[in-house]
Amino acid sequence: MVGVQRRILPGFGLSLGFTLAYLSLIVLIPLSAVFLKTATMSAGALWEAISAPRVVATYRLSFGASLLAAAVNVVFGLMLAWSLVRYSFPGRKLVDALIDLPFALPTAVAGISLTALYAKNGWLGQYLEPLGIKIAFTPTGVLVALIFIGLPFVVRTVQPVLEDLEAEVEEAAASLGASRWQTVIRVVLPALLPALLTGFALAFARAVGEYGSVIFIAGNLPMVSEITPLIIITKLEQYDYAGATAVASVMLVFSFVLLLLINLLQEWTRRSARKVS
Amino acid sequence: MKTRIERVAVLLAFGLASCVSLAAGALAQSSLLNVSYDVSRELYKDVNPAFVQWWRERTGETVTVNQSHGGSSRQALSVIGGLEADVVTMNQAPDIDILHERGGLVDKDWRQAFPHGASPYSTTSVLLVRKGNPKAIKDWSDLVRPGLGVIVPNPKTSGNGRYTYLAAWGYALTRDGTPERAREFVKALFANVPVLDGGGRGASTTFTQRDVGDVLVTFENEAIALIAELGADKFEVVYPSLSIDASAPVAIVSSVVDKKGTRKQATAYLEFLFSPQGQTIIAKHHFRPRDPMVLAAHSSRFPAIKTFTVEDQLGGWAKVQAEHFADGGIYDQIIVRR
Repeated sequence: MVGVQRRILPGFGLSLGFTLAYLSLIVLIPLSAVFLKTATMSAGALWEAISAPRVVATYRLSFGASLLAAAVNVVFGLMLAWSLVRYSFPGRKLVDALIDLPFALPTAVAGISLTALYAKNGWLGQYLEPLGIKIAFTPTGVLVALIFIGLPFVVRTVQPVLEDLEAEVEEAAASLGASRWQTVIRVVLPALLPALLTGFALAFARAVGEYGSVIFIAGNLPMVSEITPLIIITKLEQYDYAGATAVASVMLVFSFVLLLLINLLQEWTRRSARKVS
Repeated sequence: MKTRIERVAVLLAFGLASCVSLAAGALAQSSLLNVSYDVSRELYKDVNPAFVQWWRERTGETVTVNQSHGGSSRQALSVIGGLEADVVTMNQAPDIDILHERGGLVDKDWRQAFPHGASPYSTTSVLLVRKGNPKAIKDWSDLVRPGLGVIVPNPKTSGNGRYTYLAAWGYALTRDGTPERAREFVKALFANVPVLDGGGRGASTTFTQRDVGDVLVTFENEAIALIAELGADKFEVVYPSLSIDASAPVAIVSSVVDKKGTRKQATAYLEFLFSPQGQTIIAKHHFRPRDPMVLAAHSSRFPAIKTFTVEDQLGGWAKVQAEHFADGGIYDQIIVRR
């Protein structure tokens, strides 16, 4: 008995074992296959595959546009969640259901509709084009597609937290003399920050890997509007498995580091939020 | 009590599973799987019932033919990965060569197994312009004019795009005589490309539906199908002075037919494509048939055009693949320096 730490909740060994086995089967084994395949390349060939100017340009677009899209979604997703939680209006249930549509729609359909909308003869494109704003077949188009597919993540992570936020806290702030603006900045936002960060991370992760919708609207010009997943597909089409997995590994490592950072940030905000309250 | 129920359930599940696998085995005896590329879907939808009937009349055996379609190279990857194709019908030879190179699924001399280099039909790269040809596009040389928008599918991901690139290359090589000049030419041409779609259909959509570009370079069959679908009052086909012979190769997947015992049926299926009946169906779908009689019968639909082949003019697919399309190849060089 001595030295063995007893847990109050039984079943720790079993559940941890199951968790690890399941994670290995679903996540780790497929991912390690990627790295193993990459390992068949020589260091020189590997570096050449992942550092070609054309490939580097895609990292910039893929990660840049994904971060930007996630940021845009945080701002507007929060506004949507706020409206849905705080106000009741006719058709609220309908709007609520609409939020999930980008989840349900096959991504190719999303890409084709967005392209049709923003092309120079499309509903929106015909008014934007004379103003000199080109969206379809440019990097901006990539951003639009990524915002579209990432929206539900932020709304759906913020919504339940916002619902659980007790009105008393805000009332207390008001009774202590805080202005409405101060209440939002000092009381509401800190409580929402962890959820916002989760939403940001999810929207970002989804955007980085997105292929189906982006490919239709991007235009896919080398050095301009190619995304990294396209490079991977291109390499596969040329039967260059190793090259494809090399680029995939770079994406995985980048994404993992970024997600880890976001998680740490979230941990930190949660702790500081607790300290405040 | 509970354990007995569980045991019965397990037995039932096992029984069911073995029934399903038996049924699948029995079915596999007389079924063929044709793994093909994207645009041939409609063609084989017509070919298959005709072959089934033809085979039944000759042997009394009923065979079912299943089809699978997708991007040509991706389909080849699936076959390498274990998709049990009896026959493959692709749009470019490298996608069959790879099946030999990776695991010997296809015999090395597959080109000799059937007439015409095992290619029952061909098509060629042509120019589709808007009605009245407002930009007066007559030949490849017009496509490098500054300010023109040329829509081409991505040569990296599409056989159609690869043929387009090679057609332009071959044209310039014939006209100017040196690879350096040909390189300048394709570079100027691709500098005019505002959108690179993943496949031929995507490029068609960009040109016809999104109204992008002045000319679409695509396969003849696709161009004619577009006009048939969207109306002759909107687009017209321009035949360049020289283009590429885009042969669609076919092959038997030896490892699969030997395992399934379907070599006889698979061979007959591919031979049927070369028969007058098969060739007529092919011509109906705007592909150029090999049979001179059938071609003559449909000559009004296929204007004579001078073509060259990858094998004769450019030294074969292996060379073209390594020189032009491999990473860092000529295509990468001309497109990155835009």
